[in-house]
Amino acid sequence: MDNNLLIKTNRRIVKDSIMKWLFGTASFLLIVLIAFLFYGIGADGVGRLNLSLFTNFGSRFPEQAGLKAALVGTLSLMAVVIPVSMFIGICSAIYLEEYAVKNKWTAFIEMNISNLAGVPSVVFGLLGLTVFSRALFLGNSILAAGLTMSVLILPIIIVASQEAIRSVPDNLREASYGMGATKWQTITQVIMPSSIGSILTGSILSFSRAIGETAPLIVLGIPVIIQFLPTGPLSTFTALPMQIYDWAKRPQPEFADVASAGIIVLLVILVTMNAFAIYFRNKAMKKLQN
Amino acid sequence: MTLIKDRKEKIGLHVMKNENWKKPVYETNGLNVWYGTSHALKNIDLTINEKEVTAIIGPSGCGKSTYLKTLNRMVETARDVHISGNVTFMGNAILGKAMPVELLRSKVGMVFQKPNPFPKSIYENVAFGPRIHGIRNKVMLDVIVEDSLRKAALWDEVKDRLHKSAYGLSGGQQQRLCIARCLAIDPEVILMDEPTSALDPVSTHKVEELIATIKNDVTIAIVTHNMQQASRISDRTAFFLNGEIVECDRTSTLFSTPEDSRTNDYINGRFG
Repeated sequence: MDNNLLIKTNRRIVKDSIMKWLFGTASFLLIVLIAFLFYGIGADGVGRLNLSLFTNFGSRFPEQAGLKAALVGTLSLMAVVIPVSMFIGICSAIYLEEYAVKNKWTAFIEMNISNLAGVPSVVFGLLGLTVFSRALFLGNSILAAGLTMSVLILPIIIVASQEAIRSVPDNLREASYGMGATKWQTITQVIMPSSIGSILTGSILSFSRAIGETAPLIVLGIPVIIQFLPTGPLSTFTALPMQIYDWAKRPQPEFADVASAGIIVLLVILVTMNAFAIYFRNKAMKKLQN
Repeated sequence: MTLIKDRKEKIGLHVMKNENWKKPVYETNGLNVWYGTSHALKNIDLTINEKEVTAIIGPSGCGKSTYLKTLNRMVETARDVHISGNVTFMGNAILGKAMPVELLRSKVGMVFQKPNPFPKSIYENVAFGPRIHGIRNKVMLDVIVEDSLRKAALWDEVKDRLHKSAYGLSGGQQQRLCIARCLAIDPEVILMDEPTSALDPVSTHKVEELIATIKNDVTIAIVTHNMQQASRISDRTAFFLNGEIVECDRTSTLFSTPEDSRTNDYINGRFG
């Protein structure tokens, strides 16, 4: 055997195993970090996960502090965000994909929508403050925050819905138009049934983002400790991430445990929503495949 | 201009000579289609007669699919399409604003190259057309679905799994389902764009048999790159080349004694 070749081959094999270790360590590092996070939060927070956490309002005494107002606030916020953002988002996506003529202008609009998805959330907070809070006199109400959050996640929903609609094969559109169906009939009977799974997946993931966002709420001046439940869309409120943020920055160490308990609640909500998203995606995939 | 007139007279005479008992379904006069600047169809004059199979043959890029898609105006879905000339369907002009495409297509079905059933059940696929045209009655839909599947010679194969996904069918069955889906709207004409090119020989044979039976009820215009198929199933054949009609005649005549030397060369496999 050629000695030179042997050395070269060995060198390649060594390089290969080094790379394997490098990649392995990189992903392992992430898992370790997540494990640390979960352990830290779990150890601190589990003790505070009792009924009083859900039935008490915020308090300056850590042992009495609860997230009743924040939980109801977050749910009320989502009651505005989900219908508003889904309606506008899906309608825009349908218009851009099915109705709009493909030209420079629509390409420009689409590029801007994609770019908006990357704009920092605090900027959307300022937008909400200017437009919804001040110009439309909505103040720091659920409606103002809900509309701001809707605008924040709209680009994500539009892009996800556009991709879902685009992935419906053109030959299904041809089949439908070829039978004399109108555009609207084709959209409701052919395109939506095939794409609604992916649209829901994208939407739910963006709702998770809206639930976790804090920056726009701070800009809008959402209060932290309130002793009442919101009475309507124009009532003020507080939300889970705001509440957690407030607890986390308090000096008493006991508040760290309450914050951890809050984080657990938030994570449970997020994981549940993501599970729904995965469920819808699998269902949609199955429908398209079999 | 004189050239168009000449050809018109030639084809007109031709119709009188051979098929004066047939009623024309589609009449095309001086049809031109451009994609952007490329002139895809040049002064096409062609008549498609009732309850006949008209085959359109020609090499790739000769405009045969474009012509077929003009007949139900699917050609307009492409970008930057420009059409001039006159096409009538059962005596009514169809181009431009003369007729809503939805109305035209409710009388003209289309079968595509690749079977394209919807990701729905077999039943829902066939019921799709009647439903979008406003039929809601369950009993009526059941009758239409069974009738259409029987006409498409698919009923016996699928009657036990009507509510299973159409994607579970074989390619050939899917294509016959697409034909059944067309038949369900009770069309005057079915346009077929190379309907067997994605199928195996056995499935192709079944589709050809099906065409032979349904031509008693509907007019068929079929684009095919397969000359044997054209000669087997069609009554009349039009030969397209570079966007023009070279020759159009009874299939037996066109294949045995073509008038134009280019037709002769093409059907004998010297080009294309």
